[in-house]
Amino acid sequence: MSMTVARPGEVRHNYLNAGDTVLSWLLTTDHKRIAILYLVSVTFFFMVGGLLAALIRLELLTPQGDLMTSENYNRVFTMHGVVMIFLFLIPAIPAVLGNFLVPLMVGARDLAFPRLNLASWYLYMAGGLIATWAMVRGGVDTGWTFYPPYSSSYSTSQVTLTIIGAFIIGFSSIATGINFIVTVHKMRAPGLTWFRLPLFIWAHYATSVIIVLGTPVVAITLLLVVVERVFRLGIFDPALGGDPILFQHLFWFYSHPAVYIMILPAMGVISEVVACFSRKRVFGYHFVAFSSIAIAVIGFLVWGHHMFTTGQSVYAGMAFSLLSFLVAVPSAVKVFNWTATMYKGTIDLRAPMLYVMGFLGLFVIGGLTGLFLASLATDIHLQDTYFVVAHFHYIMVGGTIFGYLAGLHFWWPKMTGRMYPEGIAKLAALIIFAGFNLTFLPQFVLGFLGMPRRYHWYPEEWQMLHVMSSAGAALLGLGYILPMFYLLWSLRNGALAGPNPWGATGLEWKTDSPPITHNFEETPIVTEEPYAYDNHHQHEEVASGTGTGTTETRDSV
Amino acid sequence: MSDEQHSHVHIVPIRVYLLVYVALLVLLVLTVGAAYLPGHHTTLNNIIALTIAIVKAVLVVLYFMHVRYSTRLTWLWASAGFFWLVIMFILTLGDYFTRHWVPVQGWE
Repeated sequence: MSMTVARPGEVRHNYLNAGDTVLSWLLTTDHKRIAILYLVSVTFFFMVGGLLAALIRLELLTPQGDLMTSENYNRVFTMHGVVMIFLFLIPAIPAVLGNFLVPLMVGARDLAFPRLNLASWYLYMAGGLIATWAMVRGGVDTGWTFYPPYSSSYSTSQVTLTIIGAFIIGFSSIATGINFIVTVHKMRAPGLTWFRLPLFIWAHYATSVIIVLGTPVVAITLLLVVVERVFRLGIFDPALGGDPILFQHLFWFYSHPAVYIMILPAMGVISEVVACFSRKRVFGYHFVAFSSIAIAVIGFLVWGHHMFTTGQSVYAGMAFSLLSFLVAVPSAVKVFNWTATMYKGTIDLRAPMLYVMGFLGLFVIGGLTGLFLASLATDIHLQDTYFVVAHFHYIMVGGTIFGYLAGLHFWWPKMTGRMYPEGIAKLAALIIFAGFNLTFLPQFVLGFLGMPRRYHWYPEEWQMLHVMSSAGAALLGLGYILPMFYLLWSLRNGALAGPNPWGATGLEWKTDSPPITHNFEETPIVTEEPYAYDNHHQHEEVASGTGTGTTETRDSV
Repeated sequence: MSDEQHSHVHIVPIRVYLLVYVALLVLLVLTVGAAYLPGHHTTLNNIIALTIAIVKAVLVVLYFMHVRYSTRLTWLWASAGFFWLVIMFILTLGDYFTRHWVPVQGWE
């Protein structure tokens, strides 16, 4: 790949300086700029969700419900869930890192449908603003799961508005999913066969499969809640002749796989970072690739484990329990393969690698406690307790957010052309790890002791555990704030990154940082497998400006 | 299979769209008519209504959504959608059909 090195003082054209008007951002169809739009938007909603989490933890400092009324507490935890899930966790990695990297990694100039990509951001913003408007008008109190008949017949909060917001955000998700699928099928660079694709791409392909096949189901299900609520048409409410468990089936048919929409892209990030900072090819590439597809498929067969105690038949419960155990297999395949990748590797403990190691530990705890909940008997004790809350935060925060932060740091030099400050980034990673565990480990104990989720009054003997959890949340908050400051600081003051500061393999590192608008000056031709770290002394080659990496070139097409 | 199925831009004559549209309307009339069949044949009515619905869906997918003229890959993805629908139905009905296998107090 031809890659000219900038002379000192020379400002090279790139996607960031391709236009500086507001309109040049709002009407852009460049996947990299859309990724930045998403980055700013998901960060905003993450802060909103974080503030709501802070309110929850403040309230739970004392056994009495003294900071807010029970009704307001219901609204606060519901909106924390809605904002974090629909507006942050689901879009975070695919819409920010995926948008930025999928075309670069497959050697394409953009995604297959650039205008659809921009439209997806507008849909996201429209849905997000409607959900925000619903919050301003009093919020919603049903829990993020919108279970009827409470949501459809009894709640006086902003159920309809919030659901319309979530419905619209779903279409943004579908648009992104379709774009990724078509891009991976149709726009791979010459020589980039399926088994030469980075595992990040496999993970995003699997995620897109789930998005495209699952999201329409939850969209229509939520719409049916609105239909029942507005037109009193009996669908889910038994008083109107409906069936509330039908809602749970339809809702979890999407919403369980949605967990994999959140975690699979993070797994893609982990594969890239662990290989780069271990200086080894990913152990068992094919197994890691196919485990993503296996998770996408098996993930659709396990939803009933959310319904063991809600009236589902015992036999369906048994089937769902067994299937839920099965999904642990591909997840474990990944964890073992990442660990084996590090074995005898030359490990470089940069900030992204710290997040990877945090991810591995936390994801294992989150995954294994999931097995407690997939077991019929233990779930009867643990259902709807803080054990569940701790479990899914270990997956979603310990998994998705750690993956997101690993990826954001790893590709920050590519996205901005600047290095983040390594020392404080490592400190932030450690603070987040410590804060996270202090927040959520006590919640396993609380849940096991019987503390139900969604309550703000609790017996005094549990206060110490709650205080630990709230203290951890404060530490976690500090850890999240640090990157916001030092990453912004690095935009002006960070050291210039150069095209490939990590000496990493992969097409995205073969072009400038930040990349030019059309990504590559010439279409790359791929001749080798991915992660060829042990074939090449890539880092040295790049540093000396003689590297050809894994690609050759041909004339632009 | 005609050569046209392989072409990237397949122009469907308006006549085909109109015919499909008329077919859909006829099937709609049949659905409504079947509901007025004398006697209470709930099972029969369900079978008729669902069969007609499937035929209508297939017509829409093949012609209005152009799947008939698309690549094998599109066929694969279109089939995947229906396969996932089958998963949803089977596992959900797996709950409904087995609820009464274990007698539950108050459900009899």
